[in-house]
Amino acid sequence: MNEGRKEIIQLTFIVVGIIFLIKLFFIQVIDSKYRELADSNAILPKVDYPIRGLIYDRNGKLIVYNTPEFDLQIVKNEVKNLDTAAFCDVFSKTRQELKQLFKDLKAKREYSPVKPTVFISKLSELDFARIQDRIDEFPGFYIQARSTRAYRSKAMANALGYVSEISKQRLDKDDKGIYRQGDYIGQSGIEAFYEDSLRGRGGVRYLLRDVDGIVQGSFDGGKADVLAVPGKNLTTTVSIELQEYGEYLMEGKAGSIICIEPSSGEILAMVSGPSYDPTKLTGKNYSQNFALISNDTNKPLFNRPLMAQYRPGSIFKVAQAMVALQEKVITPETRVPCDRSIIGCHGPHSNEDLRGAITNSCNPYFHNVLRRMLNQGKSNNPFDDTRIGLAEWNRHITSFGFGKPLGIDLPNEKGGLMPSPAFYDRAYGGRPWKFSNIYSIAIGEGENLVVPLQMANFAATVANKGYYIIPHLVKSIGDSGKPLPQYLEKHYTTIDPENFAIAADAMEEVVRSGTGQFRASLKDIVVCGKTGSVQNDARTMRQARPDHSVFIAYAPKENPQIAVSVYVEFSGQGARAAASIASLMIEKYLYGETKRPHIEEYVKRGKFLD
Amino acid sequence: MRQEQNITQKIDWVTVGLYMAIVFMGWLNIFAVTYHQGENQSIFDLSLNSGRQLMFIVTSGILVAAILIIDRQFYETFAYIIYGFILFLLLLVPIIGKEVGGNKAWLGIGSFGVQPSEFAKFATVLVVAKFIGSIGFRMDNLRNQAVLFALIGAPMLLILLQKDYGTAMVFLVFLIVFYREGMSPFLILIGLGAAAIFILTLLVENTWILYIGIGVIWAVAILMNRRKKLKTMILITAGAIALVLMISSVDIVFNLLEDHHQRRIVSMLNPDSDPLGYGWNVTQSKIAIGSGGFFGKGFLEGTQTKFNFVPEQSTDFIFCTIGEEHGWIGSLFTIALFIALLLRVVFLAERQKNRFARVYGYSVACIFFFHFAVNIGMTVGLFPVIGIPLPFFSYGGSSLWGFTILLFIFLKLDAHRMQVLQRL
Repeated sequence: MNEGRKEIIQLTFIVVGIIFLIKLFFIQVIDSKYRELADSNAILPKVDYPIRGLIYDRNGKLIVYNTPEFDLQIVKNEVKNLDTAAFCDVFSKTRQELKQLFKDLKAKREYSPVKPTVFISKLSELDFARIQDRIDEFPGFYIQARSTRAYRSKAMANALGYVSEISKQRLDKDDKGIYRQGDYIGQSGIEAFYEDSLRGRGGVRYLLRDVDGIVQGSFDGGKADVLAVPGKNLTTTVSIELQEYGEYLMEGKAGSIICIEPSSGEILAMVSGPSYDPTKLTGKNYSQNFALISNDTNKPLFNRPLMAQYRPGSIFKVAQAMVALQEKVITPETRVPCDRSIIGCHGPHSNEDLRGAITNSCNPYFHNVLRRMLNQGKSNNPFDDTRIGLAEWNRHITSFGFGKPLGIDLPNEKGGLMPSPAFYDRAYGGRPWKFSNIYSIAIGEGENLVVPLQMANFAATVANKGYYIIPHLVKSIGDSGKPLPQYLEKHYTTIDPENFAIAADAMEEVVRSGTGQFRASLKDIVVCGKTGSVQNDARTMRQARPDHSVFIAYAPKENPQIAVSVYVEFSGQGARAAASIASLMIEKYLYGETKRPHIEEYVKRGKFLD
Repeated sequence: MRQEQNITQKIDWVTVGLYMAIVFMGWLNIFAVTYHQGENQSIFDLSLNSGRQLMFIVTSGILVAAILIIDRQFYETFAYIIYGFILFLLLLVPIIGKEVGGNKAWLGIGSFGVQPSEFAKFATVLVVAKFIGSIGFRMDNLRNQAVLFALIGAPMLLILLQKDYGTAMVFLVFLIVFYREGMSPFLILIGLGAAAIFILTLLVENTWILYIGIGVIWAVAILMNRRKKLKTMILITAGAIALVLMISSVDIVFNLLEDHHQRRIVSMLNPDSDPLGYGWNVTQSKIAIGSGGFFGKGFLEGTQTKFNFVPEQSTDFIFCTIGEEHGWIGSLFTIALFIALLLRVVFLAERQKNRFARVYGYSVACIFFFHFAVNIGMTVGLFPVIGIPLPFFSYGGSSLWGFTILLFIFLKLDAHRMQVLQRL
């Protein structure tokens, strides 16, 4: 009786067991959904944003600091019965805007219904104070605090750079996994160059939540937590007072001012005109303001001191003189008649020696000097002879830091151009070239290009009588008290110090009695300078425009404290706009104040062409 | 005295080993649920469930000793008295019982409560075994069948009154025992069919679809009946009417229920319908188990079975901890242990020399099976959520004691199987 029923019962037991194991295999091994759900369920990752390093000026004055900012985050699946009316009221949104926010949310790349996603970003402290008490009314919404940049001074925007959310392209390149979507990153200037030091290290705290969303403590005893490490503070080389003064002088002008302490290469001021208000590129209105600033036809984001490449103009004659002296093709006593048939000149002079030629900026003189330099008779073939001479010239001239980026601690530095034989081979497409083809470089016109920073560095090199330290903006990273190691190293030129002394004497004379005497000379301080007027004729511009006004200088002559280069675009002779500004900067730096209101007024009036 | 010396040799140590393994695993998992990182807790701490469970395990050991010492004839002899006493306790519960977790199922004895319903299973097993084992019992006798249904129906009804639906349903498992003892499988199929229609009625929003379906089936059946035998036609029509009546009564009763009760029942049957509301339990349970992966997160490393993500973590949903911390491998091991125990008990039941012991053995196996199947089935989302414990595994004194008594009385009977008269 009842045969086989035992077996049926046993089989039922086994089959049920097997069904369970199959079902378990599906939910445990095959389907990864549950694992993800579990992580978001119990573990609440709380991003700990590091405090970005502060930036000080050379005298310890705070320039850039941080101010709290709040993001409203959402975990979509936790949102239950959202009271939209109350929500709109608390967050000052219309229903339409709220709808749009939800639409935007789903479009976000990082959006996940079970993980915190930014819903409204960049709430101000004021908003936060209002919202904080009522956030509990809206389950699924969280406030994430972080900090954003704030500025004590409106100056130095281009050198400092700005900070904003990391772009998708940049994020894709981040193979070390340092950044997450929504992280801030330095986008330009010091903020970008010193990003690694300033950033610090972000942290994450993993909190365990129970089913009601109440945090029960840290996950795994906090072992998995990564504490945020604050970024390092930077002390810049800039004197914010001098910087602000420079920006005041440059208002309404395009160009740049760079002041360097020659003995250390420290940049005392670096003005780019026109500039922008750095506070505009922080906080809630970043996107809107960035569009405005980057589309401005005056290009306020273009950092002229190291990105604008100009022909050097007459200030280059000082360098030419030293190269020629070094090559012994001239002596300080060499006189050349001012024969204006090949190349034009200005001012009443006829047969100057080297010092006179620099003082009067005599074009035919330097035309002659370069010919002696390039055609030294080392070959009977004039083409080969020029080639040999140019190679030698290039070796000397690039030892001043021309023709390549100097290596300042800012991104996007341009290197200018110093022609080499290879350059002219390319330019002439293999056709032969000799001195008569390339003589414009003699007076700083022609093919050569420099950036204002290189000219300031050149002035510093003359001040140092033969070497420079790469100009830099940061003198101390963190508590080290030291800049990056490359900014402690002296770079010697190929020119002997006695030749620098001759150049220094000539530059002193420029300010004492030459082109610079009216606006660049200071009482009680010996200023050495050189004017320049970079031509903007129909050959290089679409239409002829006024020259760029250029001036380089250093002071005092003995034990120099400051070297300056000033470029003011389309403002005529160097002796006017640039020389005035340079001397005011020197005066301001050395005395702490300026005592020549008429010069300052002249600069502010800005009518340099009359 | 000779008997007592022999008991340690005669007892089936395989079953005892499986029992101890399951109890031990259960204990470790109860500790895992209560364990909080960094709180330096001890598994023996009496303020924790694990500590108390250890106490229940120790007292179970005392119970086992007592069961093995008590004469085997005691159970058969006093079956009706024990059954009557438990029914009396069940009647008492609604009157003087205390409410725990929404159910009035507990009788307080000092600071500890006991659930008479847990012991009702054991009592019912005794009477069913006694009745089927009695001389002259024949399964094909309708009166005998009626008595059997009454014996399992009485405690079931009383437990239903306590709203402990899960435990009440356990008594349905006696149908399998009846089947083994010769009851027609059609009875079981009709029972299953009725349950299916009950569930269908709740799941199908518009019951008119069911009525139409019945109408269609009825019409087809009538037309198929070529010989137009009146008796068959009446039977078919009666069946159809019975179905319609059943559906409409379920429908009417269901609609009389309050809204939240309705939702609870629907989500019990279809948890995905409301994942954050009443379906929460199953969803959370599946998340916990599913997150364990193949190898699990490791002992005490679970995150889902702590902090109340999973409800009733140490009792009804204890299997989640296995799934989460020990993964599929741990689940396999646990399920294998249970299946081994069930098959072993059936094997032992089949070797009994008298019907009482055999029916008793089958009843034990089937009750364990029902608990095992429904409990794990609900945690993995295959069965509706019916709160019944996993035998020997779940936290709780009453359930551990109840299952231990059930099992060890059978082991006692098995140990003495050679001494009884053949009465098959």
